[in-house]
Amino acid sequence: MRVPILKQGPYLIASVQSALTDQDLVQLRDELADRVGKSRARGVIVDVTVLDVMDSFATRTLRTIAHVIRLRGAETVIVGIQPGVAFAMVQLGLSLEGVETALDLEEGIAVLNERLRATSGAVPDGG
Amino acid sequence: MADEAQYAIRSDTDVVFVRQAGRKLAQELGFAGSDLILIATAISELARNILEYAKLGEVRLCPVERDGRQGLTVIAEDHGPGIPDVALAMQDGYSTSRSLGLGLPGTRRLMDEFTIDSRVGEGTIVTVTKWIT
Repeated sequence: MRVPILKQGPYLIASVQSALTDQDLVQLRDELADRVGKSRARGVIVDVTVLDVMDSFATRTLRTIAHVIRLRGAETVIVGIQPGVAFAMVQLGLSLEGVETALDLEEGIAVLNERLRATSGAVPDGG
Repeated sequence: MADEAQYAIRSDTDVVFVRQAGRKLAQELGFAGSDLILIATAISELARNILEYAKLGEVRLCPVERDGRQGLTVIAEDHGPGIPDVALAMQDGYSTSRSLGLGLPGTRRLMDEFTIDSRVGEGTIVTVTKWIT
């Protein structure tokens, strides 16, 4: 099932609606990499609240998404990993090292806002 | 007790289907909470291994009972190339290598019991069981 991607201000929000096949995940990766340029987004949030399984492929693909988006000049936050899913990921030996995560959508936006402020603060006005 | 069920693994949609079926069966057997997630994740990894290394195979979900305890056994079987060095495949570092990662040590941690029988040129059978605590 295709993941809808919405634009909200400078951010893209991809909210996963149901279980994802490998192909869905790959499509999400490609679409986000494309959309981040087209919409000149500064940040991406992937909301995985509904996922009850994050296996090795899902985790690897989310990590790839975050790295690709960073190379495209934006930041990614994965939000909504459920407690049991987090536990299973740890048992399985999977990590999202180097990838920003947050509790929920609200926290994710706060993380991106913080990042954006920090970045724009480093550049003088009109520079 | 619920019946044994058998699922062919041929594509990535089968992986999603079988892990959802496994979760549902586990729930019917009386598993709850994070156990359901651990079982579904283990099934996903086993089905994924079939797809990745053997292209096709099957997963059987079997309700089991021992000493009055209910459990779920998952059998993942393929007739693929087999694993030349099972001991090596069961090492944690080995599973993190991207090209050869079988995720077997991780899958073992998700479940209570784990056995593997693999023969080069014949195939692999991984059997895992989780018991209701």
